[in-house]
Amino acid sequence: MSFPKWDAAIADDVIAEFRDEPGPVLIALQAIQDRFGYVDDKAIDLIAERFNVSRAEVFGTFSYYHDLKSSLSSSVKICAAEACQALGCDSLIAEALNAGIEVEKAYCFGNCALAPAAMIGDRLIGRATLEKLK
Amino acid sequence: MKIYIPGDSAAQSVGADSVAVAIAAEAAKRNLDITIIRNGTRGALWLEPLVEVEKDGKRIGYPNSNSESAASILDGTHKSIGDVDSFEWLTKQDRITYKRVGIIDPLSLADYEAHGGFKGLDRAKKMSGADIVAEVTESGLRGRGGAGFPAGIKWKTVLDAKADQKYICCNADEGDSGTFADRILMEGDPFTLIEGMAIAALAVGATKGFIYIRSEYPAAIKQMRKAIEIAKPRIGDFDLRVRVGAGSYVCGEETAMLESIEGKRGVVRAKPPLPALEGLFGKPTVINNVLTLASVPEILASGAASYKSRGIGKSLGTQIFQLAGNIKQGGIVETGFGISLNELVNGYGGGTLTGKPIRAIQVGGPLGAYFGVDKLEVSADYESMLAAGGMLGHGGIVVFDDSVNLAMQARFAMEFCSIESCGKCTPCRIGSTRGVETIDLIIAGKDVAKNKELLLDLCEVMTEGSLCAMGGLTPLPVKSALSNFPDDFGGK
Repeated sequence: MSFPKWDAAIADDVIAEFRDEPGPVLIALQAIQDRFGYVDDKAIDLIAERFNVSRAEVFGTFSYYHDLKSSLSSSVKICAAEACQALGCDSLIAEALNAGIEVEKAYCFGNCALAPAAMIGDRLIGRATLEKLK
Repeated sequence: MKIYIPGDSAAQSVGADSVAVAIAAEAAKRNLDITIIRNGTRGALWLEPLVEVEKDGKRIGYPNSNSESAASILDGTHKSIGDVDSFEWLTKQDRITYKRVGIIDPLSLADYEAHGGFKGLDRAKKMSGADIVAEVTESGLRGRGGAGFPAGIKWKTVLDAKADQKYICCNADEGDSGTFADRILMEGDPFTLIEGMAIAALAVGATKGFIYIRSEYPAAIKQMRKAIEIAKPRIGDFDLRVRVGAGSYVCGEETAMLESIEGKRGVVRAKPPLPALEGLFGKPTVINNVLTLASVPEILASGAASYKSRGIGKSLGTQIFQLAGNIKQGGIVETGFGISLNELVNGYGGGTLTGKPIRAIQVGGPLGAYFGVDKLEVSADYESMLAAGGMLGHGGIVVFDDSVNLAMQARFAMEFCSIESCGKCTPCRIGSTRGVETIDLIIAGKDVAKNKELLLDLCEVMTEGSLCAMGGLTPLPVKSALSNFPDDFGGK
């Protein structure tokens, strides 16, 4: 997937949509990440200013959530939770790392009857093998 | 000719989309007039992709299909389970909440209504809020998210609260490993959840609602958003929106979820005040799990008496169990409370996928207990699970074969807590890290007896000193692993 470079005008348009939403900080951050692939530091200031909250509040929300990233990431997410452990996700993760795949551990995609599970972008993979991750 | 190919993400994860493409191409080649319907999954997940071809009023099932199965499926020569509606694994279940999942076109209002949809809401519209609440209370419905709190009592608190604004919040942050019933329902029969929330709104006098869905469920998020648009004419003034989680397990805790919907860090709130009185944006709020709300339409449609005729003791109605992990026949089993764990994992589940003996099962997610096979006769209901030293939680059961090491599982429970703790309470935030270190010492054989004692002491502090279930229940898998599998912890 390709994302546009950081652009304050685009970012402003993206978050303008939430002007009348109650509690807009998290959804604004998510929308920025959906658009640019990550949350640029300048987006923190922009959101703080537009929604009249402190930079600390916006940064606090940003830094709390595992999903929100400060740089572009292209990792494959592999589930590392119990149901996938029962079918060897730990060795799958090791194999993937050995094969030079960028891996991010995730905790459950709700595909626990077809473990191990992985996700690339929005595409869910069941009975995951190294072959299926490539 | 109608052909059903599940659009559920579990089915997609093993190739359902390529089957759909192949069947469409093969039918075009043969000049066959077919309609492909992307239904939800029937829940027999080991059979996915399970293609169903309608023939003489029956739906003939072709399991484990792939992109090369198109010709044999259209010829009727592919391996088959016969009429899916007579498939024993499904017919012996008691599907109430899940009665339409896998059967209907998930986004067809006409299909939904033809299968009994909106009967509950239509009845509720003729009743007073107090009467709706009374019906739900009478049904015995308890919170399916894990806590098992009576839904009717929660609703009554919100109904009796005086406020200019009330909310209905659906907790669809199904983060427990081994659980997927919320996801499959949202993807396979989203209108049921919308109808349940609309009934809740009528009952307590709420006009706004949120469904908080975890980001790990992109397909469910899209499906619910589409379904809300389509259902708008049927839910009137009830303003319903989807909010998406951001990868925080603790946001499945109801007050952390409220913080997250408000756009803040998902940190747990102290109770009281109860969310029923001061919930979202400080207003009275009904918070229920997907399955709780999705059970409401049927309770209103068929009456409380019918619902509570199922189940056992104080666990009334049906539970949607989820069989997961190292299991041969994993998937969804909806049946009355009181079925034994053995019937679930060996009966429905058929034992392990690897064919090795079962050594352990974890019931109720990452905060649930690890049991050995000696506990398989325990009845799966809230009270019996508690008495056996565990909890039913959201109804997920993860099976492990004899290669599992329970000291490593106990270590993971602490590690997971250290990753996901919101940081508010010291026992959870610091205790989980100390727990990992202590278990590492036990695994390494250092001062085993002393460190086991220390670990139990730490567990007590976490249980008694944490605000929510994250810190409070992490000791459950740890202590159950210690007591049920002592051999894995350095012998004595």
